[in-house]
Formats: sequence, C-alpha cells, structure tokens
Amino acid sequence: MPFEIEMPHVGESVTEAVIEKWLKQPGDQIEKYEPIVEVVTDKVAMEVPAPATGELTRIVAQEGDTVAMGAVIAEMDAEDAPAAAVPAEAGPEQVVEQPVQPVSTPTASADPPSGLRIADAGQVGSLISAANVGPTGGAFSDTSLGAEPSDSGPAGKDDVDKGDGAGFARLSPAVRRLLEEHNIEPAEVTGTGVGGRITRADVLAAVQQRESGSKPEAGNLQRPSAVRRMIAEHMSRSVREIPHAWSAVEVDMSGVVACRSANRSAVLEKHGINLTYLPFALAVTASALWANPLLNSSWQEDGILAHGEVNVGIAVAGSEGLAVPVIREADAKPVLRLAIELAEVVEKAREGKLSLEDVSGGTFTLNNTGALGSVWGGAIINHPQAAILTTEAIVKRPVALADDTVEVRPMMNICLSFDHRVIDGAEASAFLQDVKQGLEQVTADTELE
Amino acid sequence: MSQKTVIKAVRDAMLSEMRRDPDVFIMGEDIAHRGGVFLATDGFVGEFGEERVIDTPLAESSIAGIALGAAVNGKRPIAEIQFADFVWPAINQIVGETARVRYGTNGRKSAPLTVRVPYGGGVRGGLYHSQSIEVLFAHTPGLKVVAPATPYDAQGLLVSAIRDDDPVVFLEHKKTYRLVRGEVPDGDYSEPIGVADVKRQGGDITVITYGLMLHYVLQAAQALSEQDRVEALVMDLRTLRPLDRQSIAQAARHTGKVLLVQEDTPAVSVLSEVSAIIAEEAFYDLDAPVMRVGPPELPPMPFSPVQEAAFMPSPEKILAAMRKLAAT
Repeated sequence: MPFEIEMPHVGESVTEAVIEKWLKQPGDQIEKYEPIVEVVTDKVAMEVPAPATGELTRIVAQEGDTVAMGAVIAEMDAEDAPAAAVPAEAGPEQVVEQPVQPVSTPTASADPPSGLRIADAGQVGSLISAANVGPTGGAFSDTSLGAEPSDSGPAGKDDVDKGDGAGFARLSPAVRRLLEEHNIEPAEVTGTGVGGRITRADVLAAVQQRESGSKPEAGNLQRPSAVRRMIAEHMSRSVREIPHAWSAVEVDMSGVVACRSANRSAVLEKHGINLTYLPFALAVTASALWANPLLNSSWQEDGILAHGEVNVGIAVAGSEGLAVPVIREADAKPVLRLAIELAEVVEKAREGKLSLEDVSGGTFTLNNTGALGSVWGGAIINHPQAAILTTEAIVKRPVALADDTVEVRPMMNICLSFDHRVIDGAEASAFLQDVKQGLEQVTADTELE
Repeated sequence: MSQKTVIKAVRDAMLSEMRRDPDVFIMGEDIAHRGGVFLATDGFVGEFGEERVIDTPLAESSIAGIALGAAVNGKRPIAEIQFADFVWPAINQIVGETARVRYGTNGRKSAPLTVRVPYGGGVRGGLYHSQSIEVLFAHTPGLKVVAPATPYDAQGLLVSAIRDDDPVVFLEHKKTYRLVRGEVPDGDYSEPIGVADVKRQGGDITVITYGLMLHYVLQAAQALSEQDRVEALVMDLRTLRPLDRQSIAQAARHTGKVLLVQEDTPAVSVLSEVSAIIAEEAFYDLDAPVMRVGPPELPPMPFSPVQEAAFMPSPEKILAAMRKLAAT
C-alpha cells in the first residue's frame, strides 16, 4: 500500500536537514532498515533507513533540498505498511546510533543480486568421499593437469595489453560505460588487470577516491558537498551575528613538555594511545571554564545563558570536512581520561563515523591549530557559543626570564576569539591567564590520573 | 528434512508420484524385476505390479514410442533410457514426434511424458556409458530439458516433470547418484522447471554450470576463496530448456566476469547459448571476455583412466581458469 516516508526526527536541537544523496531511485526495491538516502544536518551526516519493505515510488525532496524534520521526503509502496508507526520505526534511537557512512558509490558487492533464486545451504549438496559412483568407481583428482590450464578461448594471450603503458587501449564494455557515466578519462585510472588493463573495480575505486578527496580543478565550478555547505552557512552566521574580539597570551610549555616526555611511553604501552599536548590543554581549559562561567555561556535574545556543564568541542579535520566531537564534562576528568576519549573521537572523526551524540551539546570549542604548524590564529566562534580557544605550535625561543637571564624555552601562543556581547577584555584576559598558569604549573611529576 | 543421495531423491520422486496418481507408470530396460541398473526402481514392481512397472525389450525407439502413445491417450509415463549413450534410436520418437505433438495438433493434444536419461562421465564408463547428450534435446523446441545436480533439485524437479503436461527430458548425472548427498524436504514438494539458482554467492566472478560440474565448481570456488580471497558467484542452470535468461543475465551483470563450465564438448553446446544470452542481455556490464572450461572436441569420453582424467574438467582445471578470469 502507498506510504509516505518522512525525514526522521534525529535530535532535539536539529530542525532541518539537507538531502545529500539518494541511494535508491523510484522503482527500486527497498528492504526495511536499508539506507535509502544520505542527509546532512548541521551536526552530522547520516543515512536514513527505510521504514518498511517495498518499492520506492517517488522522490519528493531532491538532492540539495533543505527539509524540515517530519516532512515527507519520498513515497513508497510498502508490502506491510507499518501502521502509523513510521516515526517509531525510524525514531531517534536507531538513527542516532547510525554511524556516518562514507559517500556510497557503486562497488562490486558480495550481496546477492536481487531477484535471483538463492539455494539454501542444505540444498546445494555435499560430496560423499569414497562413494562408489559408477560401474568401476572413480577417483576425484585430476592427474592430467600440468602447471598451465588449457587455453580457454577468447581471453587468450593475444588480446591483453602488453603492459607497455597503453594499458587502457582496450576497454571492456562495462569499463567504457562506467568511465562515461562518471566522466573519467582512462588515463586517470590505474589499471590492475592483466598487462595493466583497467578493470571495472579499478574504475569504481577511482570514482570513490574522487568523491572522497578531490581537488578543485582551475576554472571549474565545483558543487560543494552538503557538509561543505553546512560549514559555510555555519561560519557565515557566526561572523554575521557575533561581534568577534581577539586576545592572545604566550605560555611557557617547559613543564608540559617534560610531563609528556615522562609519561609518553608508559601511556602508549598501557593504553595504546599516543599522548599529545592536547589533553593537557583540554584539562586546563576545562578548569578555567569552570572558574570563568561567562566563557562557557551563550548570547540569546532574552539573555545570557550560562551552560553549567563544561562540554568542550574539539575541532578535527574529518574525512568529509571539519568535525567537532564533544568531550562532555571535561572539567571533571583527569588528563589520562581525556587523552583516551580524545583518541576515540578523533579516530571516529577521521573515519567519518561520528554519531549525532558525539557532536552534540558543546558549550565551548578548543582548536589545536598548532598541530598544523600555525603560531597565531583568529578563529571564528562556533555559534552559539561565546568563545573559542586555539592552541598554537610549540616553538623553542629565547626567553628573557625574571632574573634577566635568557633561556631557550618551548613557547606556545594561545589565542582566544570571544563574543564581545557577552565578554569584555577583562574576563577574556582573566580566562587566558588561568589557562596560562594552569599549563605552566604542570611539571614532570604531575599526576595524569 | 531428510538427508539423501541423488538416486534416493529420484526414486522417492517416482514413488510418491506413482502413489499419488494412478496414471503414472514406468517402463524401461531391466527396471522391474532387476530394479533398474542403478536400482532407481528397486521394489517398485512388488508395490505397483507389472502393469505399472514394465520391463521392455532392448529397443529404445519402442520405449519412447510406446510412452508417447500412452501419453497422448491420457497416461503419464516415465520412460527410462538405461544409459544416455543408448538414446540415439529413440531420437526420432522424442525429437521428431513427441516434441511436435502440441504444435502438430494445434494444441488439441499434449504429451505429458517424462524421459529419464542417466548421462555423464568420469565413471570409467568409456565410449558407451559416459556421454553428455543434452544439447540434442536442449536444441529442440517443444521439449523441456532438466539437469539437476543435487538431491533437492532432483526430487523437486522430477515431481514437476512428471506433473508437466508437456514432454520433459530428465537428465540425471550418473556420477552424482551416489556421490552427492543433501537435504530434501519431507512430504510433497516440487521445484519449478525453468529457474536457475545461485548455489554460492560472491561478488568477484560469476561461474555458470550444471550437472556434476556444479560440485567441481563449488570445490574450486571454495579453494579460490581460501587461497586467493576471490569470491565466485556460482549459478546452477538446473533447466537447460527453457534457459532462465533473466537470471543468467543478472548473474553476469553482478560481476561482469563470467566463466562457463561444462562436461559436454563446448562447440555448439548449451553453454554456447548461455554465452549468447550474456552477450545479448549483459554486454554493457561485461568486464572481460566470457571464458569457458570444457573437454577437448573428441567424439567420446575416453576409456583409459589417464585419458579420461585429461578429458574431464576437474576442480583443479576450473580453479586455474577462475584465477585467470579474476586477474583479467
């Protein structure tokens, strides 16, 4: 029976999503829970599962459309229509847990081709060893076979390319069609078949690579991905609405460097993670946020909302663009615990597997631009938060000390962008001083747990 | 479910159909008092009597001709040809007459006749007990030709063949009789004629075959998976006429690389037709030329064990071809 597919509600703060890519087309048979469309919210990209088994009959929301939660995005002919149970079927629980999948491209799959009769395992039959199979019995091994099988006709030696660099001289029909469909030149594809022949799998791999990490070509207008558009909209809104102001201090990282060196191998051995400077910066920042609640708040039309919980978002270069996984109640966690949680979410971000849960509820953002070699930055605030802190590269510099001697010290700039509606220079400086002192108090002996 | 061999499945199909329908009767050489050379009808004469389990002279033309006469007059005969190698005298009755009954009577008559034909080699049967003769029947419009490879398919398809209102040539590979065991549902069940099925799933290459070769292909596919991590989809045709064009095309499209494996000599064979179907239906999805494994073009299966092994496709030969296709 005809049945409308709605955009599922995925989280309290999420009101709309952009249709990124339809995985199914009208006329396709769909299985219940099978992903049918990729959508992107301002928090996360995800796949929407089919609410029922049947045939997709019409797509209502086109790729690129922004759609409100609960709006009809497609119609299907369901075999067993879930009686008004759609929202429950595709409810928040299932969807929130849905990991972000890489953009789907057609790949050779071990799944059964649909519509074919598949024999049950028992129906296939098994061979009885030593069975008397005929008048005189028969052995089940091939004594005649030499090293080479007999030549099997058209795939013979003369037809394959000689690996002389012209490996794409002869394209199979499937390859030719795929190249046309995806507008790829044969020269762009690395052939792995006999003599460097381009196989169907090679083209599909090239398509996947292009879609996951492409460089814009000069002069070509490239349609941004939905993730890219979300980032653009989010950044523009922040700059449009928030009067940014900036402040920075430099921090002597001698103690942190010593502490990290002292613990690095033990942490690697015991927990399997590489101890970086980020968990130190996060621990100190979280404490400073607790002591400076204005930094951990949001400007709203009706007032300034203090968040209470210190949930720090960490900016990470994910597989599909910027992602900001959140470490919850970071002020209550020791450095080691933060290091473990950071390793987990960073890994998930790089694999594109962050859930909506992982990226929701942030109250402040920490951006470790120093890992990329930056020494100063004026970050854009993660709207609607009140401030963002960048930790810059640690650079060895001659430093004039209090007793007028000069020493080489590992120095790091920390740069704060803050919402001047909420925070003035005095509060910003107080916060920065707290972070600075917190980092400078760390010594080789500081406990991580 | 019970586990049984192919010969037991064939026997049980006939037994249940004879009990169900009094018009079903069996005729053939040595099938009554000897129970058939493969013992497919052992004990039948005791239960059904000599009027329904009939020993015939060594005259295949008569067996097919009498069965045809009974069929057009309302009976459902099962004619057993002792070995496929002996079917030639019956060709005129089967191809020249039986296949044309429906057309020749403008649809007024049909011939609900099943011709059981044990065929195939690899059993040291030599020149007169080893041949693959399927293509002669598969080429003939008006006939249905079934070639099961497993107990499940043998029983379910033989039931369908006996109940079919048109003539069915039912090919039983001798070597599978006591070599292959598998599950068969208890009670009344049948499998539709004309549907190929997937006996193994895989996404890298497609292998299409039938009969004994199915089991060699499955062995090779297992080795290919374990040794090379290449997964073969294995399709069993089960019915050779009418061929399941749609399933064949779909299996070919699934991987774009197709290997055809047959025990019959390849030139102008059933799998030649399968290759044509693939070219017609799946050309734009092909990623490699269709490859074939089959015996050399010799008139008979040789008798010498060494030569017989050289003639027959084996799991090893099939595996080598699978590797070549996967690497193409």
